[in-house]
Amino acid sequence: MDRLIELLPKFWMATGETLYIVGLAMLFGGIAGLVLGLGLYVTRKGSILENKWVFGTLNFVVNTFRPIPFIIFIAAVQPLARVVVGTGIGNNALTFGLALAATFAISRIVEQNLLTVQPGVIEAARSVGAGPLRIIGTILLPEALGPLILGYTFIFVAVTDMSAVAGLIGGGGLGNFAIQYGYRLFNPVVTWAAVILIIVLIQVVQLVGNRLARAVLRR
Amino acid sequence: MAIIEIADVTKVFPARTRGETPAAALDGVSLTVEKGEVFGIIGYSGAGKSTLVRLINALEQPTSGSVTVNDVEISSLRESQLRSVRLGIGMVFQQFNLFTSRTVWGNIEYPLKVAGVPKEQHQARISELLHFVGLVDQAHAYPDQLSGGQKQRVGIARALATSPAILLADEATSALDPETTREVLALLKRVNEEFGVTIVVITHEMEVIRSIAHRVAVMEKGRIVEHGDVFDIFSAPRAEATKRFVSTIVTSVPQGDALEALRARHPGRIVTFSFADGNTSQSAVFLTLGERRVGFELVYGGINEVQARTFGHLTLALTGADEAIDAALDDIRGVATVTEVD
Repeated sequence: MDRLIELLPKFWMATGETLYIVGLAMLFGGIAGLVLGLGLYVTRKGSILENKWVFGTLNFVVNTFRPIPFIIFIAAVQPLARVVVGTGIGNNALTFGLALAATFAISRIVEQNLLTVQPGVIEAARSVGAGPLRIIGTILLPEALGPLILGYTFIFVAVTDMSAVAGLIGGGGLGNFAIQYGYRLFNPVVTWAAVILIIVLIQVVQLVGNRLARAVLRR
Repeated sequence: MAIIEIADVTKVFPARTRGETPAAALDGVSLTVEKGEVFGIIGYSGAGKSTLVRLINALEQPTSGSVTVNDVEISSLRESQLRSVRLGIGMVFQQFNLFTSRTVWGNIEYPLKVAGVPKEQHQARISELLHFVGLVDQAHAYPDQLSGGQKQRVGIARALATSPAILLADEATSALDPETTREVLALLKRVNEEFGVTIVVITHEMEVIRSIAHRVAVMEKGRIVEHGDVFDIFSAPRAEATKRFVSTIVTSVPQGDALEALRARHPGRIVTFSFADGNTSQSAVFLTLGERRVGFELVYGGINEVQARTFGHLTLALTGADEAIDAALDDIRGVATVTEVD
């Protein structure tokens, strides 16, 4: 316990790092995943911008990268991280890898949730003369907003999990803190402090997500 | 004047899976809808009627043939040009297809936004429509707070927002109970009569056709098997499919079990006489039978009303010499339609 109090500044710093990594990964992965998921949805057979080749390509790319185990994925994209964020190690490189992994996962969540929108509603929008872009912005996304919020909440929890794994290969954050100061130094109190904080963080995010979704769905 | 002209249209949907033969939803369909009329299209599910109606606002493109709306051949237009065509054609759906993320007000406003109607004109137009469909109090409710009938009235208001000349109703009452169906049909009738909107109604219920349509086309397996004035179709259906539909609400002709029971009771000749418009010919029938010394007994019958015109059927069991009956029937053919029941 005394050891934990001693480590408190490091503990808060690790918390900050986790929020930084997860926040940025969710921001960039969230936007890219939304675009990719929309791409999958609108180009699939019978949809508003049906295109066999684009759909086939996107589908292949997502299916190729999504199943790669995260810890291997993050190591494998190290060269790409050097090109994009200028470094292959540290929090920024890990955030990049995390955002990329989240993109593929989110794209499937987005695609699935968009598929819950009744095709008839899209047809009604087409029947009054709305074009594809307008339908995406004014019908598709608003109609699927509730499930989308729940989907993003789910992904947030998964990304927090992945960020802790990234702590094993040189990233900062609560995962790294728990391993380095708790597990390796035989101090379960320190490990559990990190665990409890992650639980609290996830509970808060899930609560906010549920509330938002309920407000949007009006139930 | 024709507002919609469909000429020799076919629509073939590609095979869904390899090896499956492509399905022809429409097979050489031609029809003309006159400006200001209510045109009904009736058929069982899978007859191709939903595909047919979607050609009119180009939600579907024909495989061959032409579709002309307001003198514009729309089957050759690009998608971007079609959007302006669609502004002139409203559509209501069986499942209402309201935008659940928008209020009643927002649903009706949507076509106005798409059409680029200036925002300051929205308020007046929307409240006018809300009054017309009787939903002023529900303006700020969401669709999931409404009953089926209310939802369809929102659907109608939304379809009328941009004052289209044509309204397409795709099974608009099929998800509603009989009472609500009557309300919605009455509303569609007002749309036609008060605004002069041409309406194309798709349905599998003959009652819908009887209530509001002026003319009707009967579809079966991608083809129009019979079409004409609603009164003519009801009083003298010719195609088998038409007869089946008409028999769902015209019950004055014996069929099925009723027919078998009649046959069992009356081993002699049984004849159905059909009359349209006015009953004067009935007395001529009885007179002729008397003159030819043919005995008769009334075994089945009834008078029906369609579009404020009446038609009826009398089924008689005849007794007497065969030659006398034949001669009497020959005479009667001049005043009524004679169908010998076998």
